[in-house]
Amino acid sequence: MKRNFALVVVLVLFVGLAVMTIAQAAPPKDPLGCVAIKKGQPIHIAYWMVVAGPDASLGIDTRRGIELAMADKGGKLLGYPIKLSGQDTACNAEGGQAAATKIASDPTVVAAVGSNCSSEARPGAPILWKAGISTVSPSNTAPYLTDPKRGKEYDGYLRTAHNDKIQGAVAAQFAIKKMGVKTAATIHDGSVYAEQLQAVFAEEFKKLGGTITAQEAVAPTDTDMRPVLTKIATGKPQFIYYPIFIAAAGHITRQAKEVAGLEKTYLMSADGSFSPDFYKAAGETAIGMFHSSPDFSAFAGGYKDFLAKHQKKYGEKPIAPFHAHGYDAAMMIFNAIEKTAVKDGDILYICRQKLRDALYATKGMKGLTGTITCNQYGDCADPRIAVYQQTADNIKKLVNPEVPFWKPY
Amino acid sequence: MLQRIRERLNPTDIVMWSIGGILLIMICWGSVATLVKGVYSTHHWIDFIIFGLAQGSVYALIAMGYTMVYGVLRMINFAHSEVFMSGPYTAYYFAAYFYRSGLLESHPVISMVLVFIISMATSTLIAYLLELIAYRPLRGAPRLVPLITAIGASFFLQYVFKGLYGSGFQAYPVVKALEGHLMVGPIRILKFQILVIVAAAILMVALYQFTQRTRLGKALRSVSEDKEASALMGIDVDRMISMTFMIGGAAAGAAGVLYAIMFKQVHFFMGFIPGIKAFTAAVLGGIGNIPGAMLGGIFLGLVESVGPSLFLDGLGIVAPYQLKDAIAFSLLVLVLIFRPTGILGERLAVKKA
Repeated sequence: MKRNFALVVVLVLFVGLAVMTIAQAAPPKDPLGCVAIKKGQPIHIAYWMVVAGPDASLGIDTRRGIELAMADKGGKLLGYPIKLSGQDTACNAEGGQAAATKIASDPTVVAAVGSNCSSEARPGAPILWKAGISTVSPSNTAPYLTDPKRGKEYDGYLRTAHNDKIQGAVAAQFAIKKMGVKTAATIHDGSVYAEQLQAVFAEEFKKLGGTITAQEAVAPTDTDMRPVLTKIATGKPQFIYYPIFIAAAGHITRQAKEVAGLEKTYLMSADGSFSPDFYKAAGETAIGMFHSSPDFSAFAGGYKDFLAKHQKKYGEKPIAPFHAHGYDAAMMIFNAIEKTAVKDGDILYICRQKLRDALYATKGMKGLTGTITCNQYGDCADPRIAVYQQTADNIKKLVNPEVPFWKPY
Repeated sequence: MLQRIRERLNPTDIVMWSIGGILLIMICWGSVATLVKGVYSTHHWIDFIIFGLAQGSVYALIAMGYTMVYGVLRMINFAHSEVFMSGPYTAYYFAAYFYRSGLLESHPVISMVLVFIISMATSTLIAYLLELIAYRPLRGAPRLVPLITAIGASFFLQYVFKGLYGSGFQAYPVVKALEGHLMVGPIRILKFQILVIVAAAILMVALYQFTQRTRLGKALRSVSEDKEASALMGIDVDRMISMTFMIGGAAAGAAGVLYAIMFKQVHFFMGFIPGIKAFTAAVLGGIGNIPGAMLGGIFLGLVESVGPSLFLDGLGIVAPYQLKDAIAFSLLVLVLIFRPTGILGERLAVKKA
């Protein structure tokens, strides 16, 4: 018993000593704590994106954006190598939650880039922020995520992607002003992204004098869309807007042509399925349909260089619309780290609250997608949304069309 | 008299019957309201029914595998959905090759038959190996053990195919001969739907005749009645069990190609949802019963297609097709409340249950 007591005393002394030495070496104070990086250790950035499954093109595309941003920095920040690790998010809430939990449990992660689908960010971003990790999303577009009412748990969340309040409105204006339609139906898949985007579309469409004949919904795993399309056909819409993801959008595009009464209806989807993988899924039935997406021709001058580097490194053109947003998101984080990191001897300190504040303070940054300025709710994009039409040529070659069909500006 | 009724009623039954009653009333009320509203014409209903039949025949073919294995081994082969996936996913590469070489265009029948054969062969082989490796060593084990193995085998197969063919999806080439629609009298029917429904019907009838009329089928049925007695009568029980798996696999492989013709996309996870639905269909029809599985599959397909419009539209529910799975599974509950053994399920002997 006595010996045990002595042991405990010695242990306590040791621990006390150790704590004191650490305390001496940790000068920067931050309410959320700092990450200390020793010489030779990397600055760890995590991504959480869809890199497997039917929507993998979305995540691989944005990850390539980060990788090219890292390459442009020479793989180093302030003399420390950058390390990128990642988690797959599966484009659903469960996947986002699992990925965020894994990243949050790693104390070396300084900041994160992600997620891709808005459904992932809704549960994921609060988990990361609880661990003090700020995350910049390159492709979440649902309005809720940067809404003034979103709540404090989203304080560490920003995005370089556009807000769908803009994308939905552009789609509605396109339908009414350019195509001259009076009636439209929408389909969503229950995801935060699709549900909110079609709601914005419907609202704007009605405001411009159109009639919404149906607002239907399917499950993202559904394959037989013919019944729901038949139901929609009873309302005789001239236009169907289904801003959903690749697999289900592919089924709808193929099957819409087979349903009586929809042969001549205009079809339109959004950036979530603007990808060569979608052309594979929909095949020739996608010819003539429309997609809203960021306007690549309005991107900054550096975008041409970026495309050249992309071609050189990956041997193909970008496979989804958000590579440049991924690049900008990574650059935002790199800039904020360079601004806030404190060097103490050989140790680099990156403090979480300061990093978050620096990210939110991003102003007038010249990014690929335009001039990036964050508002107090984390909306940083300089959104220019255009509408693209699919042609037989680009479907056959499995590449995204390059020239917008219509622009609102 | 009253005394007897009181004795027979127990609280669980009352709760179950009232749930069933409420569901039934909702269904009737919704249907009447929809029909009174008259948004849908007869043509629409016929379209819904044809879509449902096509989807249902695929469910029915997959359900055969579940029900036959259950009939013989009293176990749910959860890896059956992967048997279903393996066939069309493998056959895709041949279909794509036929498309590139132009064979699909010039000889659509020959190439489609080849695709069917390849898919069925692959699924049969996978089902055979599955039984040999995963289930046979556990023949005498308690019933839960092969169930867990089945789940493990399911994951294993999924990830093997993910590793083999990648995690993305592949799109089946379009068969020109199956494009477009035909008019059968006033009814408009898509060409591939005819193929799907007819092919599934032929396969199911052939299978049923096989089990009823041939010696092998008789042996199969006797094994499912009583394994020991069959063994005493000189039937090789292990061989019969292998056979059951292989027949189920072949049906699943054929169903897979039909599915691919209807929906075009194949990927390593494609078996999961149809597998669950087919299992539901098998239970709905009375598991262990082959005509029951067919009926259950068709019924489920029809409910999924017609149900949301018929039952929910009249109740003023927004976006009813989001709830099609909820409807399908509520109907499963409903059927099981009133007929616990499924639509065609017979009462199991104490020994079998």
